[in-house]
Amino acid sequence: MTDNRLAARQIELEILRYDPEKDQEPHFERYSVPCINEWCVLDALNHLKDSIDPTLAYRWSCHMQVCGSCGMMINGEPKLACKAMLRDYPDAVIRIEPLAHFPVERDLVSVADDFMDKLKRVKPYLIPGKVRVPTEGEYKQTPAQLKRYRQFAMCINCMLCYAACPEYGLQPKFIGPAAISLAHRYNQDSRDGGRDERQEEIATNEGVWECTFVGACSEVCPKHVDPAAALQQVKVASTVDWYLEHFMSWVKK
Amino acid sequence: METIQTDVAIIGAGGAGLRAAIALAQESPKLRIALISKVYPMRSHTCAAEGGAAGVIKDNDSFEQHFHDTVGGGDWLCDQDAVDYHIHEAPKELMQLEHWGCPWNREDNGSVAVRPFGGMKIERTWFAADKSGFHILHTLFQTSLQFPQIQRYDEYFATDLLVDDGRCQGFTAIEMKSGSMRRFKAGAVIIAGGGASRMFPFNTNGAIKTGDGMAMAYRAGAPLKDMEFVQYHPTGLPNTGTLLTEACRGEGGVLLNKDNYRFLQDYGMGPETPKGQPVLKTMELGPRDRVSQAIWGEMQKGRAVDTPWGKCVWLDLRHLGEKKINERLPFVRDICISYLAMDPVHEMIPIVPVVHYMMGGIHTDTKAATSLPGLFAAGECACVSINGANRLGSNSLVEILVFGRRAALSAAEYVAAAKPGNEAALVAQADASQARIDELFARSSGTESIAGLRKEMHETMGDGAGIYRTQEGLAKTSAKLAELRRRYQNIKLHDKSRVYNTDLLTALELGNMLDCAEAVAVSGRERKESRGAHQRLDFTARDDDKYLRHSMAYFNGLEPPRIDYRDVVITTSPPGVRDYSGEKK
Repeated sequence: MTDNRLAARQIELEILRYDPEKDQEPHFERYSVPCINEWCVLDALNHLKDSIDPTLAYRWSCHMQVCGSCGMMINGEPKLACKAMLRDYPDAVIRIEPLAHFPVERDLVSVADDFMDKLKRVKPYLIPGKVRVPTEGEYKQTPAQLKRYRQFAMCINCMLCYAACPEYGLQPKFIGPAAISLAHRYNQDSRDGGRDERQEEIATNEGVWECTFVGACSEVCPKHVDPAAALQQVKVASTVDWYLEHFMSWVKK
Repeated sequence: METIQTDVAIIGAGGAGLRAAIALAQESPKLRIALISKVYPMRSHTCAAEGGAAGVIKDNDSFEQHFHDTVGGGDWLCDQDAVDYHIHEAPKELMQLEHWGCPWNREDNGSVAVRPFGGMKIERTWFAADKSGFHILHTLFQTSLQFPQIQRYDEYFATDLLVDDGRCQGFTAIEMKSGSMRRFKAGAVIIAGGGASRMFPFNTNGAIKTGDGMAMAYRAGAPLKDMEFVQYHPTGLPNTGTLLTEACRGEGGVLLNKDNYRFLQDYGMGPETPKGQPVLKTMELGPRDRVSQAIWGEMQKGRAVDTPWGKCVWLDLRHLGEKKINERLPFVRDICISYLAMDPVHEMIPIVPVVHYMMGGIHTDTKAATSLPGLFAAGECACVSINGANRLGSNSLVEILVFGRRAALSAAEYVAAAKPGNEAALVAQADASQARIDELFARSSGTESIAGLRKEMHETMGDGAGIYRTQEGLAKTSAKLAELRRRYQNIKLHDKSRVYNTDLLTALELGNMLDCAEAVAVSGRERKESRGAHQRLDFTARDDDKYLRHSMAYFNGLEPPRIDYRDVVITTSPPGVRDYSGEKK
């Protein structure tokens, strides 16, 4: 196994810095960081923090693409820093900014309050259709029924899709891709009966009808959740609801 | 300082903390609950657990089997009354998660599926592909959103417990976005702060796992139990330490040395089983301590594989085929491709044992109560002693549920009878906590660097407290940690801003790790036997006469901890021989 994975490489990191206690506005600082080719951008940031500038603030934890902490803009695209491999960035300079469309708390740390509020609003928890108690055993769910929603349950709440979504950038009231996907995840779950409650939040102008189906959310999703597909399915389903209600009121939904 | 008044405050919002919060909200709906975490709940390290959670559900299984697998796996250092409670609650908790929407894998008929895991005689691990911990965490977090009485304090870093009149009555915490300290005044406190494996240089753990909860309880006088027992997971990536789940072997993956020989058969785990048809509790499905020790043995014998990242052995999944790997182990495939640029569908993956889990932690009884009244603990930060000297894979995801809920029930009961505290004394303690932080900011004379001390801690933990240990090595590491703890008093902050100051937080985390690390090294130095994950080259046998006991480390200021011992609770299973030789007799 001889290859260039462990080869050394000098990289210029151009990082947005902002400390509300002393900066009027954000600015870029440039650091020359000795890296190893097989590193990810997060490794480079950690090396920078430990050896060059301990004041840089950013979030990270798992270093395995599942905790969702380290979302940031890398060369203008929303990425997990632990999934952005240096081998995919051949240029000498890498530009790093906090996630777009969110206020900056400090440096690469963005304010997540809006996302957390929206997540809660869509009721992302099971509202049982037919209530069973645990002592009666599990709700039966076939592998095919599981498959209908599993993909949408993979969301790690990293917020990359909000940073990619042009609609969210223009209209911050938009509930947004991840929260709608999670609502859809429960709507599609054979154990759930809470769709009507969730539709009040998501089948609205701040919900799916704000989406113009650009599809950027699905392109940047590190877990292949495909929020765009979730939004499209919600649109189709709520259109059907509308027709049922207005033109076919004799048909039971 | 602003005071936040609550009934039960929970430090840590991973699996154990969230389960405790939901149990309080459902079972004691009138209580106010404060849930504090230094990260947003879904960032907690529960999310990184891959394999699954053990609970008896199938007709071919029994509580007795789960009990014996756990107690034997723990090399008889488990408290058997705690194990008994754990195994009986396990299926109820896993079923409860199913009712909350957890996407468990299913059989064709719609019932929950189980998979085999190391050290288990019967397959009993409930799983959600290879993202079980992730789904458990998100199911709990999302479920918790429906309870208005759970007041969350995300990105608050807890610093010190407030103890007066011999009981815990709250704590101080820094609101990270402002840097302001708050006093949480609580009738009872539950610590669910996770493990401390970041004290080691090479580990599977997230950056946040720095033993904050353990250290806070320890400094407040609650002893840390069995800290010398540190689990190495056999299959980590050699460059990043990233975990490849035990389910790799549960699904039929095999371990090979440089001669493509399945070496586990040379370490008491044979005879060899057919490739791709794993047999429970033998060969690749041996327990983690034995498998990790066997890999170390191959390295000593010169039979390991030389790779750019050092000596490794192979994990071979290729015979499982692309379809099964994608269906059962998709995350493993992604991780190998990202970090090694290797695809397990086509290539063997180099792996090494890597520090994964602390069996030890804050001593609790079977009701999750610590020895400090008003303080409860659950999850990896606690040691209720179901894991003994070696945890079986898939017991910890259940432990966070069973004992998270148990801590909640105990805390609720305690709060109902708690007396009001001495406000002046508590305020004075909170002010002292604030003063320590202010002094760090104001200090201009500091000379020690945080990253520098951390590196020295990593080196000495790797050298002296690793997979095989000696008296000399542990004594040296203990002395080094005592030195580092003294030098820590002279650290220097570079970042003087109050807003989201990660320089300050990493400094506090380092202090917590050093306290816990010293408890690991000193407890290990004093345990002159080999048991489970604590293997001594100079005392190679288990010594039940002297050490069928829990070690208890008591905080002693800047001096090393005082070590005492406590009897193990044995109910039905007297110490025996751990047998992983399959059907061979």
